[in-house]
Amino acid sequence: MKVLLNGEPFATEAVTLDELCASLGFAEAKIATALNGSFVPASSRGATQLAPADEIEIVAPRQGG
Amino acid sequence: MLTLYGKNFTSRLLLGTAHYPSPEVLTRAVQASQAEIVTVSLRRESARARTGQGFWALIEELGCRVLPNTAGCHTAKEAIATAEMARELFGTSWVKLEVIANDDTLQPDLFGLVEAAQVLAADGFDVLPYTTEDLSAAERLVAAGCTVLMPWASPIGSARGLINKDALETLRAYFPDIPLIIDAGVGAPSHAAEAMEMGYDAVLLNTAVAKAGDPAKMAEAFAKAIEAGRLAFEAGLIEPRDMASPSTPVAGTPFFKIDHAS
Repeated sequence: MKVLLNGEPFATEAVTLDELCASLGFAEAKIATALNGSFVPASSRGATQLAPADEIEIVAPRQGG
Repeated sequence: MLTLYGKNFTSRLLLGTAHYPSPEVLTRAVQASQAEIVTVSLRRESARARTGQGFWALIEELGCRVLPNTAGCHTAKEAIATAEMARELFGTSWVKLEVIANDDTLQPDLFGLVEAAQVLAADGFDVLPYTTEDLSAAERLVAAGCTVLMPWASPIGSARGLINKDALETLRAYFPDIPLIIDAGVGAPSHAAEAMEMGYDAVLLNTAVAKAGDPAKMAEAFAKAIEAGRLAFEAGLIEPRDMASPSTPVAGTPFFKIDHAS
């Protein structure tokens, strides 16, 4: 299935958002997620099914002003 | 004592964490500033670089309260989703709410800002809105539930200081009990001192320290200027006047003669 991950086309076998995060090595990482413009809490990632062309954001802390 | 959303702070300087030449310089600058609140952001994380993971370890070591921003958001919807991600990521309900209207000036989109503030405040966020000196926007932000306002001094990173001082004075006079933090555009410690002398409660800055020749030394300079400005405000400044007023007593001046002839 092809999705848009952080703005880039990405092919994945993951069924849920949780699986996608784990496949990227983010299982224990400090990240937050959004799907199609809406925030998905960590507790909901396992129940969040992915669909082709989904737009997924995975973010982490960064410098800011 | 500065009180923001029920938390007390000794320092009246809030420091940004971007643009430092190295993580070590960032750490030294934060220490020298004595800031108790630092701003952070969230950005897309690459599975390979994992940049955010290392940065978070650095921030945790600073021991400061973090104030996540929604920098780069151009709509209320983006800002709300970003704030929600930040709340989970940083474990804080505090958010420096930014909704940007224009990429050249980084001027806040006041309409989107008020819209996002209403949603976020109702959802339990402690919203610190990055706004302009506009009084009607400020009123709407307060009505939305913001108990802190952060007007700009001038555009972000411009180092131009307080370019609309009259309006900032009006804002201060109109909201005597709302903590007001000057956010953005401060380039020199004198700008920060000026804001503090006007009775502003705190100053948030980043570029002026991060891009200084010696960021740690500049952070210390800002800390001192802000403290001096606050002391001056508390002490009560004298009013300017048009003509001179001798500081040395006139009575008893030697060689003084009254002209009895006239």
